[in-house]
Amino acid sequence: MKRIVYREWLLQPQRYWGLLAILAAVIAIGGLSALYMEHHGHWVTGMTNSVVWGTPHVFAVFLIISASGALNIASIGTVFDKKVYKPLGRLSGLLAVALLIGGLLVLVLDLGRPDRLLVAMTTYNFSSIFAWNIFLYSGFAAIVIGYLWTMAERKGNYLQKPVGTFAFLWRLALTTGTGSIFGFLVGREAYDTAILAPLFVVMSFAYGLAIYMLVLFYTFDADGRPIGPAMLKRLKNLLGLFVSAVLYFTLIYHLTKLYGAKNADIETFLLISGGLYTGLFWVGWILIGGLLPLGIIYHPELSQRRDWIVAACAMVIVGGLAAMYVIIVGSQAYPQEMFPGYTVIQFGAPGDIGGQVASYYPSFPELLLGLGGVGVALLITAVGVRVLQFLPESLADRDVDPHATVRSSA
Amino acid sequence: MAEVMTKGVLLALLAAVLGVGSAAYAEEVGDFVLPSSKAAAVKNCVEPTEYMRRNHFELIRHQRDKTVYGGIRGTSHSLSGCVSCHVGYDDTGAPVEIDAEGQFCRSCHAYASVEMNCFDCHATVPRGESWNHEVAAAHAHITGSALMGPTAAER
Amino acid sequence: MNHETESMNQGRRDFLGAAAGVSAAAVAPGVFLHTPVANAAPRTDPVTDVHRWGLLVDTSKCADGCTACVDACDTENGLNLQAKPHGQDELKWENQHAVWIRKVKLQDNLTGHVTNLPLMCQHCEHPPCVDVCPTGASFKRADGIVMVDRHTCIGCRYCMMACPYKARSFIHEQVDHKLTRAPRGKGCVESCNLCAHRLDSGDVSTACAEACSAEGHQALIFGDLKDPMGPLRQALAKTPSRQIRQDLGLNTGVRYAGI
Repeated sequence: MKRIVYREWLLQPQRYWGLLAILAAVIAIGGLSALYMEHHGHWVTGMTNSVVWGTPHVFAVFLIISASGALNIASIGTVFDKKVYKPLGRLSGLLAVALLIGGLLVLVLDLGRPDRLLVAMTTYNFSSIFAWNIFLYSGFAAIVIGYLWTMAERKGNYLQKPVGTFAFLWRLALTTGTGSIFGFLVGREAYDTAILAPLFVVMSFAYGLAIYMLVLFYTFDADGRPIGPAMLKRLKNLLGLFVSAVLYFTLIYHLTKLYGAKNADIETFLLISGGLYTGLFWVGWILIGGLLPLGIIYHPELSQRRDWIVAACAMVIVGGLAAMYVIIVGSQAYPQEMFPGYTVIQFGAPGDIGGQVASYYPSFPELLLGLGGVGVALLITAVGVRVLQFLPESLADRDVDPHATVRSSA
Repeated sequence: MAEVMTKGVLLALLAAVLGVGSAAYAEEVGDFVLPSSKAAAVKNCVEPTEYMRRNHFELIRHQRDKTVYGGIRGTSHSLSGCVSCHVGYDDTGAPVEIDAEGQFCRSCHAYASVEMNCFDCHATVPRGESWNHEVAAAHAHITGSALMGPTAAER
Repeated sequence: MNHETESMNQGRRDFLGAAAGVSAAAVAPGVFLHTPVANAAPRTDPVTDVHRWGLLVDTSKCADGCTACVDACDTENGLNLQAKPHGQDELKWENQHAVWIRKVKLQDNLTGHVTNLPLMCQHCEHPPCVDVCPTGASFKRADGIVMVDRHTCIGCRYCMMACPYKARSFIHEQVDHKLTRAPRGKGCVESCNLCAHRLDSGDVSTACAEACSAEGHQALIFGDLKDPMGPLRQALAKTPSRQIRQDLGLNTGVRYAGI
């Protein structure tokens, strides 16, 4: 059996520091945006009393569910004993923690009173799914760090399976919790369905894997480490499976809503008449985030080519952001139905939107804050792989071939 | 909550240092009561002055929960009582924001360099109050002074 | 169907009423001395569940174009002191400044009948905003008033996501002018509190109901849902009423007649 050798990321110093500088700049701009929003108040953003969660939440939720999805690779290796995935485990854990921190930062910096974070950490209302999520998130970070230790430290190796299994169950709970933040909101037509929880779980699988693959390809290319065609095929097939699952759950979500006559209006809005949101749904969520990547992944020729697979991953990510935008912003823009059978002619003052679709335009500070969170996640990853041994030296097929392992250990 | 507690602890520590350090300091601190405020006319605050200097925030914080959750507003430890008694007035008889430069709350908090964020939300001058004067009346019997009517600006 | 829900709610109300009575009697017999609260004195005992404050809106009496309740609320709770930040778009500001009560005009899709009504926090018995608040800042007072403890509100807006009535507002801007009785500051969420400051000083009224009466409409009746002899229960006994989003089973403290 060939031992897997992990090495720090050996990118040339200029390139490495250049990368860090760019990420630091992105983070600094995000931080300044947050300060600007906090100093003036949220009126400088596109958010209103109708659309109360905006672009920061799109990024935050995307990053958080991607975090749990990124851990999947490690879980497949440890929990499901797929030996080929073992060398991928450490990066998977690192990326999970990094994405989670990035997402949480965005979420926290968008609070009306970010200075009261300590209040949020010390005063809990246990009937709030949000409060559970605070535990799920911080617990996730702690467990994954422990999991990384069992992977890296020989003395801890024997704990890898139990800790890995626990981490896997925890991540399922985390994404279920994140989906439930929306799914259990009875007052809004687009939410109020338990299927949002499993939908978020499969979304996390797809988005987390897409991000993982892009980071893997970039880091490996940058210092010339090989990735074998069999490994590539495995990863892209897995992505294909997850993307199909997202499409399937999306279909079920809409069928559930369509079946009840009372939800016909919200479905018309999301699927036909919602303008930007309808466009983002069909073009972003379904086409770019689903059908096109599937087309590439299962195309006999394109699927052999690394750059096309990279494109498929990027599309899944873009589609994921579009999906989050539709789920988070689109669902709020649609007016809450309080009076079935009535048309709301007037709802407060003219701009005080209630009976009609609320307008929302993302402002630059919101967008930059969201990108800052992405920057934080990538910076943590970049520093992590540089200073610690997260990346395997080679993912060439002969180095990770499971058959070889089986033979030598027999 | 913890933030508030941290601040409370800091304040208590500071007060302890001031108290132990020198009695002369305490005299200076007393100077922050503005001559134009109602407080200047009464002998001492709702509790002994020394006690108030160190513990006023504990009292306000305790009262705050009673007010928010229990609806008890008419007691002597309410923030609105502090403001109505300690707010200074300018030459025209208009109240000056109590957290403004040189005013009661600000001066002492600047002196003690303790952050104060009550006035992020709370009114800095008595404003539009009817029951607020009842608060002042409640103070009046504690402090032994006569009930003071609302000033022109408050009406 | 509706009938069934209503009877279930009624059962629940009866049960709770009985429970409240028992607990009040057990805990503090003295409380009953305070039951006639209209003695215009600030309260000295914490609020109890002997009372549950609520409103009845008779939509047939709510006049088209009248904004007396909204204006009164704005003045009472300092909402009219909010200033549009310099350079902000007028319409966007309409949707960003705090609104506690708004006039809603509806038209029946089938019959074309037009109905006017004021909409504010419905003071649910089972408020979704309280369930979802991560810090417990959104809470229900013992006397049924749903409100926000600004000292622990972190401004996450999850309560606004959860509220079925769009009753809550986030303070988007720096607030320079505020009333002593109505604290308000950037970054927290707030909503109608049934003029709690009035109730706490012994004045059983709300600005909106008072203004509506002053206009001669009597479309808003404020009172104690637990006092069978009180004006609110008397009015509720005479008029058929329902809850907005009755399907959610929240048992709101604000009831509507004529929709």
